[in-house]
Amino acid sequence: MTMRVKTDVFIVGAGGAGMYAAVSAAREGADVILADKSLISRGGSTIMAQMTTAAAVGHEEPDHWTHHLADTIEAGRGLCNEELSAILCEEAVDRILEMDEWKVGWARKDGRMTQVMAPGHQVKRCCYVDFLNTGPAVARALRGEVAQRDGIRRASGLCVVDVVVKDGQVAGAVAFDVESGETVIVESPTVILAAGGLTRLYQRNSASLNMGGDAYALALRAGAALIDMEFVQFFPIGHLAPRLVGMDPIMWDPFRYKLGGRLLNGDMGEFIESYGEQDGGVYTVKRDVASYAIIKEVEAGRGSPHGGAWLSFEHIPEDQLKEAFGPVIGKLARNNIDLTKQPIEVSPIAHYHMGGIRVDAQMRTDVPGLFAAGEAVGGANGANRLSGNAIPEAFVFGDRAGRFAVSHKGSHAGVTDAEAEAVMAQAKPAMTAKKKPDGGAMALMRDLQKTMWEEVGLIRTAETIESALGKVRSMRSDALPQIAVEADTPFNQALQDWCDVRNGLLCAESVVLSASNRKESRGAHQMEDIPETSPEFEKNQVITMKDGELHSGWQDVKRISYTLEEKKAAVL
Amino acid sequence: MSDTDLTGTNRMTLRVARGADREDRRYDEFEVPYEDGASVLDALVWIRTNCDDTIAFRYSCINANACKECMLLVDGKIDYACTARLGDGTMTLDPLANKRLIRDLVTDIVPPKERLDADSD
Repeated sequence: MTMRVKTDVFIVGAGGAGMYAAVSAAREGADVILADKSLISRGGSTIMAQMTTAAAVGHEEPDHWTHHLADTIEAGRGLCNEELSAILCEEAVDRILEMDEWKVGWARKDGRMTQVMAPGHQVKRCCYVDFLNTGPAVARALRGEVAQRDGIRRASGLCVVDVVVKDGQVAGAVAFDVESGETVIVESPTVILAAGGLTRLYQRNSASLNMGGDAYALALRAGAALIDMEFVQFFPIGHLAPRLVGMDPIMWDPFRYKLGGRLLNGDMGEFIESYGEQDGGVYTVKRDVASYAIIKEVEAGRGSPHGGAWLSFEHIPEDQLKEAFGPVIGKLARNNIDLTKQPIEVSPIAHYHMGGIRVDAQMRTDVPGLFAAGEAVGGANGANRLSGNAIPEAFVFGDRAGRFAVSHKGSHAGVTDAEAEAVMAQAKPAMTAKKKPDGGAMALMRDLQKTMWEEVGLIRTAETIESALGKVRSMRSDALPQIAVEADTPFNQALQDWCDVRNGLLCAESVVLSASNRKESRGAHQMEDIPETSPEFEKNQVITMKDGELHSGWQDVKRISYTLEEKKAAVL
Repeated sequence: MSDTDLTGTNRMTLRVARGADREDRRYDEFEVPYEDGASVLDALVWIRTNCDDTIAFRYSCINANACKECMLLVDGKIDYACTARLGDGTMTLDPLANKRLIRDLVTDIVPPKERLDADSD
């Protein structure tokens, strides 16, 4: 069974970036197909966002996007593609205001948006929706904008196997319908990869099911390049214990932004100051430093019982907690957590990927017709992302990818049945009629997550990276081909899992290979045995694939100089 | 949080409705280890990873209760797999009753306009 569809712009991933891209392409008059492996606007990371959305709208106090840019570049530890960073910071303002017109419901007081301080920002810059509802609110607003535009066709439950490139140009993509198993051929001169990052490849993560690196794997196999793959951001205070369900594990940051909160080691002492940063109960320390400090305390035997740190709000009165977080306090009570009586345990968890697909200012990859948007894009955040930059990145890069895809004069060569069959044949595991008790795709993903967490996680050494490289390569070449999947079953999740781990292994190898080549410590790449940051490594590492093998190279960091006018505007 | 691990000293039994035909469904039983506070979704993912990878259920956001895809019947009552907690004894999982059954615990909750139709030309 094969279905064939044609469009002008095919978008892979329907989170914030994909939906924004769809809206922007459609308002330029293009026909769009917006696809997601899960349900439109439900899958992906956007809907899980709890709070901070950085944009220099200046409602809370005087601000300008060039200040946001300066903070972004400083946090990026020398590796930001400054052209992309500048686009992100400047256009974040337009997008947040446009989203306001689309009735997102940004928190307000006296008619002006409420903005909070987040780590690494010099001013109160982060917009949000109460209570911890930023992600669901922006997802709902974008879902509404997508639904009311005739040019957009939506495809939930579509798993994209590969982009088809002919004569060096995008011709479309091949996918399968998860429910029916039917092959779907999409003929399109442009494809936008907006399928997010790869944090699900780590054992402790804040990811959704779809954050296994699909966008990166699709890009590599299509012939595009990836950059900065060694930089995986670990969120310092992910929830660790007691067991908490029905909440995003990164929920504690907003509590700290609004109320303050004490980060304590196993001896109930403040410790951030021992790592060269101020603490004093006010949360301003950057994420990479906070994560590093917690892991080192655990290593030194000063961790909390489950291997993290304590986070305490016991000094905050109950009425203040309720005022700031309303119904969330009730949710915590249902998890038997009373913040006035007990600290909770937190630990770093994989949260965001700074690296990604290499694009220019128009979100074009190296392959004509192939674009990227959102977290899938590498470069804007350098070696360490500033808190609050992920959601605006989804909107800004989504909008640009949508607009510039429409103006791309692409190929209408189409995709033949034989070409689609070739893609599906390559992607299909051995089909069996019998169920496998263990050793399936999920078990391989579990093993991969463990390896990445233990050996290419927050603190790495040359030895652990070398070990991981061997393991990941053998998983890709030996373990993956041996996995059999039950054939011809409706809602074949096992087949989707197989495709997930196929993509995940390719991404993991690109992360490990990149980590092995960066012989220094910088931002999110911390080498235990090489703690110094070296000027010679102030370069972006580039990963490409040829004949199934990954190759690494280096390129100079893209710098910009502000114009005089922008500098003047920045002096408030 | 990990999405594939489940540890704990408690044990419980999960009865899971299987098959693509409501009239002819069977129940598979799985003994599941768990720690206090673990969710039904934790158990289902553990089963897919360690016991039977053919079992079908929907989820996306993994325990954040943001995507709302994991709705099903827990002991006959509508609930989210990610917020329903495991307890001692036996719990029975069924697909939603008023939606078209696709397979196992998966029903058709996809809005009609989110389905791709073949081009008419």
